[in-house]
Amino acid sequence: MSEAKKKLQTLGKELVEGVKKGKQPKLDVPIRALSNIKYNEKTKTLELGGKSSERLFFNVGHVKKFAQTLEVAKISKQLLDLQKHASLRDMFYMAKRTLPGTNTNLVDEQSESDNAIEDLEVVTGFSREQLNVNANKNGSVAGHVVIEDKGDTIDWARMGSGGWSIPSNVEEIKFKKVDAKYVLYMEKAAVWERLHEDKFWDKQKCIIMSSQGQTTRGLRRLLQRLSSEHKLPIYVLCDYDPYGAYIYSVLKYGSINLAHMAESLTLKDAKYLGITSNDIEKYGLKKHFIKLKDVDVARLKQISEYDWFKNNKAWQREFKAMKAFGAKAEIQALSARGITFISDQYLPEKIKNKDWIE
Amino acid sequence: MAEPIAVKLAEKQRAVSVAEFFERNRHLLGFDNKRKALLTVVKEAVDNSLDACEEARILPEISVEIIEMGNERFRIVVEDNGPGIVKKQIPNIFAKLLYGSKFHSLKQARGQQGIGISAAVLYAQLTTGRPARITSRIDAKHPAHYFELHLNTQKNEPEIIKDEEISWKKERGTKVELDIEASYQKGDQSVDSYLKETAIVNPHATIVYTNPKAEQSIFPRATDKLPKEPAEIKPHPYGIELGIMLKMIKATESRTLQSFLTNEFSRVGSQTAKEICAAAGLQTDMKPRELELAHVEKLMEGIKKTKIIAPPTDCIVPIGEELLEKGLRKEVAAEFYTSVTRSPEVYRGIPFVVEVALAYGGQQPADQPVRILRFANRVPLLYQQSACSSFKSVLQTNWKPYGLQQSSGAAPNGPLTVIIHLASVWPPFTSEAKEAIAHYPEIIKEMKLALQEAGRRLGMYVNKKRRVASERERVNIFERYIPEVADALAQLSGENKKVIEDQLTSMLAKNKEFIQANVAAASEREEPEDDIKLTGNAERDEE
Repeated sequence: MSEAKKKLQTLGKELVEGVKKGKQPKLDVPIRALSNIKYNEKTKTLELGGKSSERLFFNVGHVKKFAQTLEVAKISKQLLDLQKHASLRDMFYMAKRTLPGTNTNLVDEQSESDNAIEDLEVVTGFSREQLNVNANKNGSVAGHVVIEDKGDTIDWARMGSGGWSIPSNVEEIKFKKVDAKYVLYMEKAAVWERLHEDKFWDKQKCIIMSSQGQTTRGLRRLLQRLSSEHKLPIYVLCDYDPYGAYIYSVLKYGSINLAHMAESLTLKDAKYLGITSNDIEKYGLKKHFIKLKDVDVARLKQISEYDWFKNNKAWQREFKAMKAFGAKAEIQALSARGITFISDQYLPEKIKNKDWIE
Repeated sequence: MAEPIAVKLAEKQRAVSVAEFFERNRHLLGFDNKRKALLTVVKEAVDNSLDACEEARILPEISVEIIEMGNERFRIVVEDNGPGIVKKQIPNIFAKLLYGSKFHSLKQARGQQGIGISAAVLYAQLTTGRPARITSRIDAKHPAHYFELHLNTQKNEPEIIKDEEISWKKERGTKVELDIEASYQKGDQSVDSYLKETAIVNPHATIVYTNPKAEQSIFPRATDKLPKEPAEIKPHPYGIELGIMLKMIKATESRTLQSFLTNEFSRVGSQTAKEICAAAGLQTDMKPRELELAHVEKLMEGIKKTKIIAPPTDCIVPIGEELLEKGLRKEVAAEFYTSVTRSPEVYRGIPFVVEVALAYGGQQPADQPVRILRFANRVPLLYQQSACSSFKSVLQTNWKPYGLQQSSGAAPNGPLTVIIHLASVWPPFTSEAKEAIAHYPEIIKEMKLALQEAGRRLGMYVNKKRRVASERERVNIFERYIPEVADALAQLSGENKKVIEDQLTSMLAKNKEFIQANVAAASEREEPEDDIKLTGNAERDEE
């Protein structure tokens, strides 16, 4: 029996024992919010603080969430029994039903079941992948790397124009050959396609990786394994805006939502390659500026006040510059200098000059 | 030299008879359109019957029948068990405008000017050409008289087409038959709703109604108690305008100013009369006939400066809280009723009483504006709602504390019927059609106070009902989740589902107080999960 399964069973047994003694069922759920996040200077990761909230069954405000959490625990146990995996969407449909004789649904939207699973993670200490629930796969990778996944041998250099798509669970993957000097992660799938077409990973002996927007867990775990198991430096390429900075922040320090998973997901050595304020000046990107909106400015202020950025001089300089510009710029702005400018000049130059921020 | 133009114009200038004037301005009397005309004719006949019965201390039994004759013509037959009308007066009452008993007295009654029923006769004559047919009998010893009448619009005089004695099975009463052009429709502002509402505020009357579809409704009386006979009062000095004062001075038989004041007005004794004269700078022994306009103006000033006690209010006969509620109960199905009768108040020297009744719940729609039924002297007001003080006072009342929804400046929403009744010796209507009550601040204030008083009682009921419902809901919510949670726990632990379910159910039963105590905590935010709000795409960490 797997550890996760044992844990779920114990959780159930403890609650039932309590009920038999006349104690009302309750769960202690650590709070997953900024108020309960601590930045650990030493490990350079976000950690979940000690604050937790009681989730009581006999409480009008709690009962629904309580039932949802137990419901996903039940489904997860069924999945573990069957040795099957379900997607978050599957999970939503397995939990969604109307309570008999009412017009109340156990879950109304997927965000509720997603949340319940994250709660279950913090309650049990097991990741949702270990609970046999997978997120959608999202993200592509290419490079001179050969892996073995579920018995199949896969060469990341021979995956055609789409690259290999990164699954949600990468724990079982075995690296057979890794021939690269570094990993380049970019925020934009379109930029990844540009670099892939230019065979950038071949010319520069590197691995290129991307997902659209925020990074998925599978992708972060894959980056982390390449970093820790193969000592590859990780470079991050994002838009010049507050959200780019946050994407980097999540990769490096962990995310607020998933602080409970921080240790297995953070990349202590990740380096922010661009776009930086210097790049704006150096490559003349000002003419491609997009004005910051009010929400952008608010977000910028929020991010600049995070504990892990507060005392980082380089980043504070960046935030100040962005605020002074009152503008943001996309990676693709570089294409104004020529379609292959990014792969022929910008990236090689940046990496050679070690022109990055940490 | 040509004639001055005025001479030429003079050829065209002549008196317009009252009848001619109303022939051209029929909307002033409530004959704007065919649908409204039907209602107005019924209303005038029924109002007269009720007034007559009450004055004669007879419990009213009124039958109303509308027969469709095709081609937008309807025959209206209204029959009562009232005192009847002596033969000589029948033509004048039905076929002469502004002939009546009520214009000259200050006394609470439905009719005022003596226009209503004769205007209906005129309307019938104008639209179908058929004469009004009146049958009346005053007791078993006298014969019944049958008249067919036209109204001469030039002279404002009745024209008698037929006058005969007939045999009538009824010992006493009056029957009016009119053929008019009209259209019939159910719903708001229809004859049907007028009679239903009349039944609410006249719980002592029995009304039998047969509509054009030959469907009969009976509104039985809810009490055998006739309303108290309203007393006639003299006008109060504060309510008199210059023109009326001049008329009164001309008509008086009093010899001195002081006796004129004490004889013709209420609340003026010799002391007060002297004070008025002193304040006006006039001699108490002046002869009223010798007073000139300047004197009368001084007299008006004097009245304003003198403190005169409010008019007597025993002349007002409200329906009364008990009977109003009874009337409402029999015609509106609801779950909660309350009613308020305020003490008499005075506007412009005229006494009045405001009454309010509420019927809440039942099958009434909860998501629509409340139904407002307006009455003046026991007569339903069906048109011109938004111009009426009653409506205005509902809007100006804050209904939220009483458990209704209300956006600012609008009528509240909820399953509620609101009745507002104004009883007065002279309700101030905005027009001759008597459709809306004029906006006197004193009246609106009384209406609001009455609404608030009734509203508070409603609020107690609604809030209690809500408390009970939410308590039940609280217990229910756990009952619903118990099977779900028990199933999950059973599957996780491998224990028996039934055992867990029973255990949770008995905990629920034992811990009702505990659960209720818990509710307070639940209304606060359960956990500060949202204290940072990520914006933009960064919000979707993990998708």
